Amino acid sequence: MSTLVFLEHHGDSIQKGSLGVLSKAAQLDADTSAVLIGSGVGEAAAKAGAYGAATVYVADNEAFAAPLPQPRVDVIARLVADKGFDTVLFAASVLASDIAGGLSARLDAGLNWDLSDLEGSGDALVGKRSALGDTVRADVGWSSTPRLGLVRAGSFDAVENAAAGTVEQIPADTEDFSTKAAMVEQAHAESSGPSIEDADILVTGGRGLGAPEGFGILEELASAMGGAVASTRAVVDSGWYPYATQVGQTGKVVSPKLYIGAGVSGAIQHKVGMQTSQVIVSINKDGNAPIFEFSDLGVVGDLNDIVPKLTELVKERRG
Amino acid sequence: MKIAVCVKEVPDAGPSRRIDPTTLRMDRSGDRSLNVYDLNAVEEGIRLRDAAGEGEVVLVSLGASRALESLRKGLAMGADRAVLVSDEAAVGSDLVATSHVLAEALKAESPDVVLFGQQASDGDGAVLWAAVADRLRMPVISQISELTVEGGTATAKRQTEFGYDTIAAPLPVVLAVADSLNEPRYPSLKGIMGAKKKPQETKSLADIGVDPGAAGEAGSRTTVVALSDPPSRGDTIKVEDDGSGAQKIFDFLVERKLI
Repeated sequence: MSTLVFLEHHGDSIQKGSLGVLSKAAQLDADTSAVLIGSGVGEAAAKAGAYGAATVYVADNEAFAAPLPQPRVDVIARLVADKGFDTVLFAASVLASDIAGGLSARLDAGLNWDLSDLEGSGDALVGKRSALGDTVRADVGWSSTPRLGLVRAGSFDAVENAAAGTVEQIPADTEDFSTKAAMVEQAHAESSGPSIEDADILVTGGRGLGAPEGFGILEELASAMGGAVASTRAVVDSGWYPYATQVGQTGKVVSPKLYIGAGVSGAIQHKVGMQTSQVIVSINKDGNAPIFEFSDLGVVGDLNDIVPKLTELVKERRG
Repeated sequence: MKIAVCVKEVPDAGPSRRIDPTTLRMDRSGDRSLNVYDLNAVEEGIRLRDAAGEGEVVLVSLGASRALESLRKGLAMGADRAVLVSDEAAVGSDLVATSHVLAEALKAESPDVVLFGQQASDGDGAVLWAAVADRLRMPVISQISELTVEGGTATAKRQTEFGYDTIAAPLPVVLAVADSLNEPRYPSLKGIMGAKKKPQETKSLADIGVDPGAAGEAGSRTTVVALSDPPSRGDTIKVEDDGSGAQKIFDFLVERKLI
């Protein structure tokens, strides 16, 4: 087995999730390398060796300044062909998913996604994932090499060790169609306010609130309970609540002691960000909302009636 | 402008979904409908066509022959016609095989824009568009929450883990839209009545020039090794709010020592 791990970086730092996948891959396969593609990423590459990469392959070029997938597919496909890697692993993200999808077509390589664990011995590799809204756990494999895997966010911890890998520059050639998409603008929100990742109690509002004003009653409940307010992607995309409060695949992964969802439908995108909450309570007018399938307590009703009453009860108890 | 919308018929959500223990494939015998996230892609296709004032919206799908019934929802919303690739040899196609079949079906259509929904509600992969774009050698933009197509260029705002990016790409282009992009329209009665009369073509793999060995299980590169039940969360207590909903939540939280 020889494994290549894609390292995603944001600014100068490599994403923790990528380093987690690299650490896990190095445990399974001593012959593990990493690839880092960007502009001005030399310093970040030097650090990656400490997480288990024998060699960190670096394509450092202005052409890779924007986080776009297709030029990266060109670089990785050529690297896999040149070096004969039989496994390529990614920490799932918006960018990594698009790269992995493109790469699967380019290399005619099998891709398994949403992997929460990996087991390997010798040349064998098995991925663990859940399916059908978490109603089934599946062991998945590959019938040919190279094999591609997207690992679910937060599955593995980044473990630093003493050995430092070598850094090797690789060509930055790209195909014509891969460079047609261009970044026009990046608006990257800075996080502000209390972090939803640290809160023990999260009150989350979804599109069922009907209007941005609906967050007022959630803020009152969160305040009474000593918790924080979170939101869903649909709410954030609509401009109702700040990006930094978003729970889900493209937001934050949270696991509070108590999650209260108000007007949250429970789309997969959101679920992957909160399914490890210890206790889940949901309020939704739609009795068929998927969130009821994985709630401990679900109340079918109007959150505008229920939430203020609940806030009063909590306040009375807390005196 | 010619717009192809890739759509999929999926089993209805809920407890009826299950995996056949012998084939390890999804049991597709129950109720089925058009993947809910594809409705956003169909809606956007109709809007782009109408804004351009010309062109057509073609639904393109890989599935069982009866999938045309589900595709009719897209036609009732306002799509112009449907092309369904249906072939016994394509059953069990994974991502690699599906992207190959879809790309060949799309090549026959030569669209200016190829639209996808954000994910399929059964597979949850959210990667197919990237594979199809690579095979078509077209630029791709995913996770789109705002979109304009003007003067031969698609400009899209999309969400990532870090905030919002705005990306531009020339046509022809592959675009994957988020469910926040639009509100899919409900088909009108007239639309529903007219849908059956719209052109609906079923093609075999041979019709689109795909070798049977490159589709279905033969063309797939991933396998399911074993299945098991997930650890149970315990039962959901589900109640209707009869005025005591808040009190029930409160009692539940007190009992669990959460307040």
